[in-house]
This record gives sequence, structure tokens and C-alpha cells, in this order.
Amino acid sequence: MAYVALFITYIFINNFILTQFLGLCPFIGVSKNSESAIGMGMAVTFVMGIASIITWLVYNLLLIPLNLPYLQTLSFILVIASLVQFVEMIIQKNSPALYQALGIFLPLITTNCAVLGIAVMNISEGYNLMESFVAGVAAGIGFTLVLVLMSNIRERMDLHPVRKAFKGVPIAFISGGLMALAFMAFDKSLLTNLLG
Amino acid sequence: MADERKLVLTRGIVKENPVFILMLGLCPTLGVTTQVINGLGMGAAVIFVLVFSNIFVSLLKNVIPNSVRIPSYIVIIAAFVTIVEMVMHAFAPAIYKALGIFLPLIVVNCIILGRAEAFANKNSVLDSFLDAIGMGVGFLLAVTLIALIREVFGSGTITLMAIGSFDGVIEIPLLYSYPVRILSLAAGALLLMGYLKAFFEWASARKRG
Repeated sequence: MAYVALFITYIFINNFILTQFLGLCPFIGVSKNSESAIGMGMAVTFVMGIASIITWLVYNLLLIPLNLPYLQTLSFILVIASLVQFVEMIIQKNSPALYQALGIFLPLITTNCAVLGIAVMNISEGYNLMESFVAGVAAGIGFTLVLVLMSNIRERMDLHPVRKAFKGVPIAFISGGLMALAFMAFDKSLLTNLLG
Repeated sequence: MADERKLVLTRGIVKENPVFILMLGLCPTLGVTTQVINGLGMGAAVIFVLVFSNIFVSLLKNVIPNSVRIPSYIVIIAAFVTIVEMVMHAFAPAIYKALGIFLPLIVVNCIILGRAEAFANKNSVLDSFLDAIGMGVGFLLAVTLIALIREVFGSGTITLMAIGSFDGVIEIPLLYSYPVRILSLAAGALLLMGYLKAFFEWASARKRG
């Protein structure tokens, strides 16, 4: 039950883009069409899930016993960068179709704050290994959800006249703001209502 | 030559402002700007990391092999971010706590990696230093502007450093009792960013004529 609550929390209540402001660059940059939004979202979810596990293991099995927790930032970003490279190589070798879909998004993920964000958050919230994994995957799904919604809004918006100064990025931010307003409806009471 | 140097130093502040024009480093820009002091702290931290990473990348540009340059830059940046984290934790614990997760996230701030890749690895140490100062100050000003608007309208206060008998909080009479609460929430930050960006687009289009 706790895992379900965690899952819902990270998708809706603590949505990474709309309430935590993590991963705004792809939110603006990759949301122009829904196909690439889905590709980016899947790639991020995949990497966030694996990165959550590995960074948790690195922190608890390596940095804590060696008394080096201040190397957290440095080691996490190295783990994530090499993980992304590794995932890219494996996908390229084993599944050309998936590589076609995700390939161009993978290098961008290293500098996506959502991935490093969830790794740091898992540690600061004191989650155990399983909770970290669930939080990572859920945050990735929440990211994907908002990215895909946004790309649909932007595809629609292309067909409508928008004032010149607002074209492109400004109107995307304003739509994002309105979406964040809607997401404010999801709060702790969502959990109580769903799970009792 | 002197004119070129001046351009390198000043273009980050308005003409190529990293936040409003280049749209880099958006996450901390919106994430920490509920209070002015957090904006200033974030800006200072980014300036420090940007200056040192630009200097080191420029110094090492002939040593680092091309194929591993991005990971090398990330390691350089992460080292300075760790220094900032430890210094802030020791000397400014309140700001350290307020910036929270966004402090380690300076590592993935696109401004810093972007300047290393686009400028410092092709230019001299002095130019890279000037570029870092210009871009860093541009970021600081942008973050402070957004924080100022959000705090003044969102909670009716301006929070600065507490010095002596001054507790660091300036209250604005009418807005303090009737704040426009939405600006301090997440949705307001996104809306404000949209309107500011539209304003800058409009202003630069007008200037071009």
C-alpha cells in the first residue's frame, strides 16, 4: 500500500515538472510534437528507474561505508552519465527498433535535472531500495504524462493564431502554468480518497 | 581587441541573457525564486561554479581528448559544485537549506556545460573568465528579477540577509495583507516566466524595428 501511495504521489501530487520544476528544459524543448515527447518520456522513465537503483546502491554500499557522503554529487553524475552511455550501447546492440525511437533522446538525458534530481531526492528522503525504484519510475511516468499533454496542447496551438510576441516558448510557459493550476487539485486528499 | 573583450563581458547581461534569451538553466530559475535571498544565493553559487569551470576548461582544452570532453567537463563542474555545497553548508546554512536539491543540481545546469562547450574550450583563459562573469551576472540578475516579482506580489515581502537588528525581511504595506498568492506557487512561476519571455521578445522585436 505504501508503494501505491508513493507511486501516486510522484505522478500527480509531486509532479516533477509542474510542482518541482525539474526537467523544464525538455518540457520546453522536446514538446513540439507528441511523437518525440513520448520517445523522450520513455527514455527518461527508463533511465530514472535504473539510475534510482544504482545511485542508491552507490550511496549506501560505497559512499557511506567509506565515509565519503560529500562525494554524492560528483559520483551520482558520473554514474548517470556512464549509465546513459551504457544503456545507449545496449539498446543499439539488442533492439534497433527501440534505438530508432529513443536514440536521439538518450544523450540529452545526462543533463536532465529530473534524473539527478530523483537520485538526490531518494537519499534526502531516506527511501529504501525498493521505494527509490518506485519513486524513480513514478516520477518518470509523471514526467512523461505532462510532456505528452504539453505536446498535444502545442500541436493544437499551432493551428490557432497567437500574438507574435507570445509565439513558441512564452505561450508554452503560460499553458504550462495553467496546467500546473489544474494539477494543484491533486493534493494529499487524493491519497486519502483513493486509499482510505 | 578591447572592444571585443567588452562585448564578451557584457553580452551575457542583456543581449544574450542566459535565462531570457538563451532559455538555459530554467529549473533553478523557477524552483528557488520564492524569496529574493534564495535567488541571490543561487546566482552567487552559479557565478562561482561558472567562473572556475570556464577557467579550468580553457586551461585544459589542449589536454582533454575530444571524444571524452563532455564527461571531463562534467567532472570539473561537479568538483566545484561540491565545493560550493560544502562552503554554503558551513557558512550560510539557511540558504543551503532553502536551495535544497537545486544546489547539487547546478551540475546539470545547462548554462555551465553550455558555456564550457560553446565558449571556454575554444577561447583563451582571460576571455573565458570574462564570458563566465558576464553570463553569471546575467543569470544572477534574471533570477533576482523573477524572485523579486514573485516575492513582492506573492507574499508582500522582500527577504534579504539578516544583519544586526535588521531581521532581513522588508514588508510591503498593502501587499503584505493581500498578497497575490498564486505568484509564490508553482503555477504562478510558470505564468510569470511566460509573460516575461513574451515581454523580452516584444522588446527585442521593437528594437530591431
